[in-house]
Amino acid sequence: MSTIIALIAQLLHIALMLAAAPLLIGLIRRIKARLLGRAGPSLIQPFRDLQRLLRKQPVLADNASWLFAAAPAVSFAATLAAAALIPSFALGMTTAPLADMIVIAGLLTLSRVVLALAGMDIGTAFGGIGASREMTFAVFAEPALLLVIFTLALLAGSTNLDVIATVLREGTLGLRVSLGLSMVAVITIAIVENGRIPVDNPATHLELTMVHEAMVLEYSGRHLALIEWGVALRLLLWLTLICTIFVPFGSGQASGFPPYWITGALAWAAKLGVLAIALAVFESSIAKMRVFRVPEFLGIALLLGVLAVIFLFVSQGFT
Amino acid sequence: MTPHLAYGAFSYDLAHLLGAAVLVLSFGLLYQRRLTSIIAIYALQSVVLAIAATWQGWVQDSAHLYVTALIALCAKGVAIPLALRNIVFRLRIERSVDAALGVFPSMALGVAVATLSILVVLPNTIESETLTREDLALALSVVMLGLLSMITRRSALTQVIGFMSMENGLILAAVGLPGMPLIVELSVAVLVMLAFVVFGVFFFRIRDQFDSLDVSHLDRVGGTHK
Amino acid sequence: MSPDASPGFWLTGLAIVAGVLFVLGLLAAAGRVRAAYWATLAVCAAGAVLDLGFLAAGHAGPPLSVPIGLPGAGIQLALDGISAFFLLLLMLIGAAAAATALDDHGHYNSTAALLPVFIGAMTLSLLAADAFSLVLGFEAMSLASFGLVLTNHTDPPVRSAALLYLGMAALGAACLIPAMALLVHLEPGAVDLSFAAIREHPPQGWRAIAILVLVLIGAGSKAGLAPLHVWLPPAHAAAPSHVSALMSGAMTKVALYVIVRMLFDLCGPAQPIWWGVPLMALGAMGAVLGALRANIEGDITAVRACSTVENIGLIAVGLGLALAARSADLPALAALAMGGALLHVMAHGLFKSLLFLGAGAALHGAGTRALERLGGLIHRMPVTTGCMLVGAACLAALPPTSGFASEWTLFQAVLAGPRIGGVALQTLICVVALLMALAAALAAAAAVRLIGVGFLGRPRTPRTAAAHEVGYAAQLAMLAMALLCLLAGLFPGAVLAAAAAGLKQTVGLTMAGRSSLLLVTPQAGSPGYAAPAIAALLGLALAGVVWVVRRRATGGSRRGPAWDCGFGPPPAWLPFGDPITQYGGASFGQPLRRALGVALLGAFELVDMPEPGQTRAARLIVRSKDPASALLFKPVARWRDALSGYADHLQFLTIRRTLSVIFGVVVLFLLAVVLLEQL
Repeated sequence: MSTIIALIAQLLHIALMLAAAPLLIGLIRRIKARLLGRAGPSLIQPFRDLQRLLRKQPVLADNASWLFAAAPAVSFAATLAAAALIPSFALGMTTAPLADMIVIAGLLTLSRVVLALAGMDIGTAFGGIGASREMTFAVFAEPALLLVIFTLALLAGSTNLDVIATVLREGTLGLRVSLGLSMVAVITIAIVENGRIPVDNPATHLELTMVHEAMVLEYSGRHLALIEWGVALRLLLWLTLICTIFVPFGSGQASGFPPYWITGALAWAAKLGVLAIALAVFESSIAKMRVFRVPEFLGIALLLGVLAVIFLFVSQGFT
Repeated sequence: MTPHLAYGAFSYDLAHLLGAAVLVLSFGLLYQRRLTSIIAIYALQSVVLAIAATWQGWVQDSAHLYVTALIALCAKGVAIPLALRNIVFRLRIERSVDAALGVFPSMALGVAVATLSILVVLPNTIESETLTREDLALALSVVMLGLLSMITRRSALTQVIGFMSMENGLILAAVGLPGMPLIVELSVAVLVMLAFVVFGVFFFRIRDQFDSLDVSHLDRVGGTHK
Repeated sequence: MSPDASPGFWLTGLAIVAGVLFVLGLLAAAGRVRAAYWATLAVCAAGAVLDLGFLAAGHAGPPLSVPIGLPGAGIQLALDGISAFFLLLLMLIGAAAAATALDDHGHYNSTAALLPVFIGAMTLSLLAADAFSLVLGFEAMSLASFGLVLTNHTDPPVRSAALLYLGMAALGAACLIPAMALLVHLEPGAVDLSFAAIREHPPQGWRAIAILVLVLIGAGSKAGLAPLHVWLPPAHAAAPSHVSALMSGAMTKVALYVIVRMLFDLCGPAQPIWWGVPLMALGAMGAVLGALRANIEGDITAVRACSTVENIGLIAVGLGLALAARSADLPALAALAMGGALLHVMAHGLFKSLLFLGAGAALHGAGTRALERLGGLIHRMPVTTGCMLVGAACLAALPPTSGFASEWTLFQAVLAGPRIGGVALQTLICVVALLMALAAALAAAAAVRLIGVGFLGRPRTPRTAAAHEVGYAAQLAMLAMALLCLLAGLFPGAVLAAAAAGLKQTVGLTMAGRSSLLLVTPQAGSPGYAAPAIAALLGLALAGVVWVVRRRATGGSRRGPAWDCGFGPPPAWLPFGDPITQYGGASFGQPLRRALGVALLGAFELVDMPEPGQTRAARLIVRSKDPASALLFKPVARWRDALSGYADHLQFLTIRRTLSVIFGVVVLFLLAVVLLEQL
């Protein structure tokens, strides 16, 4: 019985993630527009965009290979698989035993590598520039993420996200300096991984300043719809990850009483809302940085991660 | 040691988190290249320091820490940053600082220094109170980072800020130690004000003399050869 | 064969395999090259089957004595868990290399005789059960591979690469043979070289430290452990691709086997914790250095060779951690680290030989291995590109491939490493973890660069545009290797089961209870990595996406010129567009070269811009140098020159002085003997 309930929670979680992702993008755009004194588009505008793109027939470049056509679906599937592993409103879902943080990082890498390859497939300069920069950023983001995983694994005794979230939700660890440093690192990584300002501008129309958008420049129609949806899903995934690890309070238990799911979902929505507002304010108040400064920006995350781990070693909490 | 300062207790944890925030802002100082942002980060660091002092004042129930917090907030959080901004605009200094060392090497050096401070302080103070130990480690790291940011920058203004951030580290150590008399903080604050004035004069002198705030111009005066 | 012992059926079979491989060398030398290749393929396949039989059913029996070699003693062969594991990998790669060689159109006939000898020598080193036969096999392997590297000896770079390789092999021998001599227990009257005798008297004190250092130099230089990896990229680029596949996939692993055999098995478990530290530190450094160079090199074979340095580094970290954990009496952690290392040995051996075979196919089909001349092979060589994609996915450690499974296990071991204790060691492990993750991410970037520049995009030269697929034998070899890679990725538990006997032997504990066919976990009962489940999840997600898109979206697609932000379609005289407008290997690596290469590799760029009015093309000159060659090899070469300069003076001494030098040397020698007797 509890298996079936956990499965229902799992399916509900996936459906919620898929539905909430475009909504989150709509919300952030709306808040940013308001901050700039504009009315802003409707919250469901991203849905309309997706539907419009799905209706259009894609145009493939003359020398596009099968890889180019397959990449958006593979990349989206990898992101979706990672999203399915990150608990939103309840812990202990069906995939909880699989939700290893290194696996999640690997799935996100898979999604990125596939798109980078597709960016190289047409043989245009923009695709290459985007792919090259995207992979360079990942080179610095992944070690930083691993160090955060290191800290969490030392605290919780496992790299499994569900175990970590359960340990942190109980609150017995208290406020740790290492956790604080890790949070700063994760937020930095999340900004880079999602291509937000100041690293990349998702709304730009100047090709030379784009990273992710340059990589997927040749896509159109349903392929582009999958990519845009995947980008939204990835943002939601990272924000949910931050909530799950650093603000784990309020989430329910999948095997528990389903009405608690509602409070869990409400807590999740509230946390996402706060993060969305913070992101919009942050993005509106700073300028994009030069591409070659991004490794330095990520270097901070990296070094804070090191500091977090070392602090854990020497403080009394870890023996 | 008061019982509510035990490890894992909320008051203890929050004190450390604030200390860590001061440390992170020190890294921010080391990383940032634009003068106005450096000044803003310094102001923020002082405000966090003020919060930390207030929290300690409440936990240790000692009134003089509130005074310390007030000094930190008013002088270093508001007055000095405003004055420094004023200098930047009046002197029309270039907004970006040329660093003597690249950002990544200096950050790596920073983490190494911070690690060293933690490794030195924590095992050596194993008998002393928990609250003091980690605060001391954080404070020593902040001091060392301040010194580092003075070394890695060429501009006189950033050196002043590095110096004052060192002083923030000292205050952080002071508020963490229960029973530290107020006189020390006051004297340190006065020292900073003095230094600020001295450096202010100093700016104008260099500016008049060399048309730049780059202290490497002083090398010739000192007789060293680059 | 001695009559009183009854060596197992499997061991006898494999000994015959090794002997037949040496004989096949003669067959090839006699001119029957294709027959020799076919026979090598068959013999290696038979060897793989025999080895699997041993792993499934057999148990280590008494050694087999063969009456060749040292007078009176002969050589002893044995098969146990750890050697059988490495032997399986060797036989698989050997078969694939022989199959690919069948497709060489007689280009490599001059050195064809050495290929079976090379495989046979490696088999001998793995089967060796005494110090003499191990050294014999190892050095025969070095010499045979030196000959194979020289296949295209008319090229000057090939000759210099082979010379460097030979020099490193000589250094390796000069360290490995003394290490063996130190291991052998000296008793008056009888010198027993067999491993069984060595195990009874494990070395201690300065002798153990000397052995550690000598093994790390001797076998480490052959494995490509930093900083002695300098020979690897030029030698791999110089050798034919199927030889590079063997060298990178199997020979470096044989060297690792020697490290495992000598440090884990023969030196015994009673060694200090710090023994693992040099392996961990050197491994982590080499991993980053190799992965970074893989993003900068311009020849696809050199890229793979640098990535070999990276992967050997990762394996060395696992081995070092296992050594330290075993000494700290944490057998569970030691087994996890060793299991990760052995998984990575298998994964890397398979995917790296696949990638080298693919590089050979590119050379064969498109006439070049330079990234700046390839491009667009996915259209002309679909099978090769498909196999390369599988190999590159393993290289980039993407789930659910074998590269990910092994790196996951290694990371789990490293993350649990702080339990060994000591703040200094913990800090080191933290830095090692950081460097490993950096190396893994760099490897992913290198994989994208390799596939994206070499196999996707537009062809950069007319020759590349007219590329053709390789022959069926080579295709089949690649497809088989790709299939093995996928299977090893989906079922890492099966590979760990094959390594169980080796784990038991080296660290005293297997992964039993922590790894099954479907699941690998760091601790018994905790959640872990379930590769089939992750693959199923990915498959379900993909199926769902495809289903939704099929239902909701407009089907079909149209073709048109690339949008490229409004760039016009290419003119008629440039059918693939101007190749310069496409990202190449140097441009793809530029951000990393700037961010890390300047500091770590001393990379610099020079833009040679012609004056206005001149018609020559602008050029970008990019140079980088390996710190190992700049900091270690160049000074050593200078010392060597200085030393030979001094030695030169000796030629011009008077007779009296010459005699006094001889006298002094003899006295020193006698003094040394006296001192050694005191010890």
